[in-house]
Amino acid sequence: MTELDPTELAARALGRDPASVARAISLVEDRRVESEPRAVALLRAFAARGRAGSCQRVGITGPPGVGKSTLVSALIRGWRGAGRTVGALCVDPSSPRSGGALLGDRARIELDAADDGVFVRSMASGGQLGGLARAAGAAVDVLSAVYDVVLIETVGVGQSETDVEHVADTVLLVVQPASGDVLQFIKAGIVEIPDVLAVNKADLGAVAERAVAELRGALRLSLEQSGEALPPLCSTSATTGAGVDELRATLDGHFAALVADGRLAGRRLGKSAAWAARLFAQRHGEIGVERAGGAPALRAALERELAAGATLVEALRDAARGLDG
Amino acid sequence: MADKDAPWIMRTYSGHSTPKASNALYRENLARGQTGLSVAFDLPTQTGYDADHPLAKGEVGRTGVPIGHVGDLAELFAGIELGRMNTSMTINATAAWLLALYVAVAEGQGADPRALRGTTQNDIVKEYLSRGTYVFPPGPSLRLSVDTVLHTVEHVPEWNPINISSYHLQEAGATPEQEIAYALSTAIAVLDEVRARGVEGERFAQVFGRLSFFVNAGMRFVEEVCKLRAFGALWERIGRERYGVADAKLRRFRYGVQVNSLGLTEAQPENNLIRIALEMLGVTLSKSARARAIQLPAWNEALGLPRPWDQQLSLRTQQILAYETDLLEYGDLFDGSPVVEARTRNLAEAAWAEVEGVLERGGVIPAVESGYVKERLVASNAARLAAIESGAQVVVGVNRFTESAPSALAGAEAILRVDPRAEAEQVARLGAWRKARDADAARRALDALARAAQGTENLVPVSIAAAKAKVTTGEWAATLREVFGEYRAPTGVGGARVPELGDGYRALRARVAEVERKIGRRPKLLLGKPGLDGHSNGAEQIALRARDAGFEVVYEGIRVAPRDLARAAADEGVHLVGLSILSGAHLELTLEVLTELRSRGVEAPVVVGGIIPEQDREALRAAGVAAVYTPKDFEIAKILDELVSLVERASA
Repeated sequence: MTELDPTELAARALGRDPASVARAISLVEDRRVESEPRAVALLRAFAARGRAGSCQRVGITGPPGVGKSTLVSALIRGWRGAGRTVGALCVDPSSPRSGGALLGDRARIELDAADDGVFVRSMASGGQLGGLARAAGAAVDVLSAVYDVVLIETVGVGQSETDVEHVADTVLLVVQPASGDVLQFIKAGIVEIPDVLAVNKADLGAVAERAVAELRGALRLSLEQSGEALPPLCSTSATTGAGVDELRATLDGHFAALVADGRLAGRRLGKSAAWAARLFAQRHGEIGVERAGGAPALRAALERELAAGATLVEALRDAARGLDG
Repeated sequence: MADKDAPWIMRTYSGHSTPKASNALYRENLARGQTGLSVAFDLPTQTGYDADHPLAKGEVGRTGVPIGHVGDLAELFAGIELGRMNTSMTINATAAWLLALYVAVAEGQGADPRALRGTTQNDIVKEYLSRGTYVFPPGPSLRLSVDTVLHTVEHVPEWNPINISSYHLQEAGATPEQEIAYALSTAIAVLDEVRARGVEGERFAQVFGRLSFFVNAGMRFVEEVCKLRAFGALWERIGRERYGVADAKLRRFRYGVQVNSLGLTEAQPENNLIRIALEMLGVTLSKSARARAIQLPAWNEALGLPRPWDQQLSLRTQQILAYETDLLEYGDLFDGSPVVEARTRNLAEAAWAEVEGVLERGGVIPAVESGYVKERLVASNAARLAAIESGAQVVVGVNRFTESAPSALAGAEAILRVDPRAEAEQVARLGAWRKARDADAARRALDALARAAQGTENLVPVSIAAAKAKVTTGEWAATLREVFGEYRAPTGVGGARVPELGDGYRALRARVAEVERKIGRRPKLLLGKPGLDGHSNGAEQIALRARDAGFEVVYEGIRVAPRDLARAAADEGVHLVGLSILSGAHLELTLEVLTELRSRGVEAPVVVGGIIPEQDREALRAAGVAAVYTPKDFEIAKILDELVSLVERASA
């Protein structure tokens, strides 16, 4: 592949040329040390010229088989219909045995090959505990610079699988009727309460209605102590399309409220710093974190750097600099 | 000489190019002693597209005959009296339509529909699981199947309206137990739906009696004898216990068969003649479980499309068994055999356990939608291929006894080549047909079809009316697509549990990891099935193995248009594109994919797998394809190793 100048590549990607967006993501995925300067230059170019500030980032998570991809497809259709562009990142687990992965989400997302206003990329988790690939954060940065809405789809509903919250403004948890697991997690308080919940497969009728009621009960119980408000709960059928518009409006509303309250920038910064700290810990281990001054200091340092406009790659590199000394 | 049983109906699965060319072939086959017809339709007809639809490009007349309207079917059967023929039609998603055309043509010949004999395959479940020519979602598909059943029981009473097919399950890797179990589960879904429509008593028993099966028979012919005895025993029991069918005659297990194509080899292809003859024993030896109709594949199927002479050899194989040997002079050879009875019993028990597993999941439709059944099949197929790869399962001429003199039968001329002008001819005929008909009448018939589909009335009568109003296959299907929507079945590769792989993969994984270090990303492969061909078993196995070797694999399932594949390759930033095409349309489709890829600036190398004749391999390589794989390449580890090298070279 011919190597484009990163600034030129960013410019083409910002013009929503799918092939250039794809190359940009491939570049931030590239793990070779010698590729890092180009990746940094690319991310800087996006930060300087992109639309990340106004981009709405939605994380979608839930157990396997609840119809997340079909729901993603329906949401994309809705946003496109409303004239908004969408970039989606679908993360699937890697096989612990081989390191390989089957990336099958694309099969359930209906796309028009001629529509440059929508872009879908699959990514393997790469065996990261958090369920998000190492490069997912940077890929989300790329997509946020280019598209109006960015969707990040990941599998999971457990304590260690909520990484998606670090890269999303709104986290949507999708569950299906008659699956007790999610309810148990919520009752036990080991799931971060998402911003929005959807019970999919509402075409199952009475079973679905009961599921919604049970979920509402469990959430109430779990939120009693903290006094937080109950998150919106939607009921959808990705196959018939029922409830999808309402869900989309709820997601849009959550984001609009963040913007209106002026909370968006601070929230993103906090999330990015948490994500950076997590990557740092993965890369350098407990000892590394201690040598960097301990977790709170490390996080504060990362947050300062990111606030000053550093890319994730740079912030991590700078934080690691002290380790060699 | 003793009193002989009448032989089974002898057919050959055939059809290609145009209705006219296929008609000539049918007449020839009948003149050679064939006693029934078995119609192979091309993929556009099976998936409800007209010959001039963009998705039909390159596929018209390829895997069978194109039937676009009642005029085509009339030409296909010109000079053949349908009132006296026994015709099997391998047609599923569009079965109700082809039955409608058949009835219309027969009436045109002056035949009474009540006298028509034959079969519509009409089994959608195995299409979702293996064969891939489904169109509509499971609910409407089941409705169409049951509409066809109920219509024929009343108006075409000698017809077999559904031929529940375990055949394709075996081709997808099913064990004998799974073959029995999933076919019976499908029958239960159909019968439960019939019952849910309020059919009961004598009429329900009639319906039960019209259900028939289409099975497969492989090389392990002793086990196959037992499988069919077990099948019959379970079917009898289901009729008696689940549905209370009192008449023993109506509970009889009736089946037709096509013996196994899965085991036919490209290497030393003449050996297949022997395989086919032995496989036939499994479905003929036991009188109490003997096939009603048999069709045999041709020895050269793994090379390409068989010629009339190859089909004649298969017919002769049947005739020799039926007329030269003494098989048909005796009663059942196995009654009272402790060996056969024990094996039959344990197959029946294992199969029933598998049926119960499906019923616990709400029946076969939910078990298909959730991916459960497909995952079980993909896992069985992976185990089968692993056994061949390791040599634990011997395939003569492939993984043992490979030393061979040059084949005197095989060679570049040993297959039939479809006339490339056939597609254009068919498209022209279709255009003329549309122009000549009463457009308003056709429109009204389609409106009536749409209204009926939105309601609950039986769709066969409106389809017969549409056939007579000169509606086309594509128009009929498009109308129903509009009402019912389309479906994509689970690929089964995500959840399949596959066996631990051997040492070959440890080395492969190390190579993949090394290439990852070199190129900065893990090798990423897009696997695609362009065109209408739904035979996905090969692509699924490559997807699984590539994942196990360490590749990241993007697989979207069957029927992905070339431009969508190209877009996926671009978006996903893949290092390699692999195409799997078994319909014979490999040249057209590959060239189209290459053009689309290049127009999007994707420079990743492209490899192609499928049933690809020697001279076409050259043409593909000349067009820029990096490698071509055919059935003789059974060592998947070796293929994957070459793919790693390709990625390494291309990214250097």
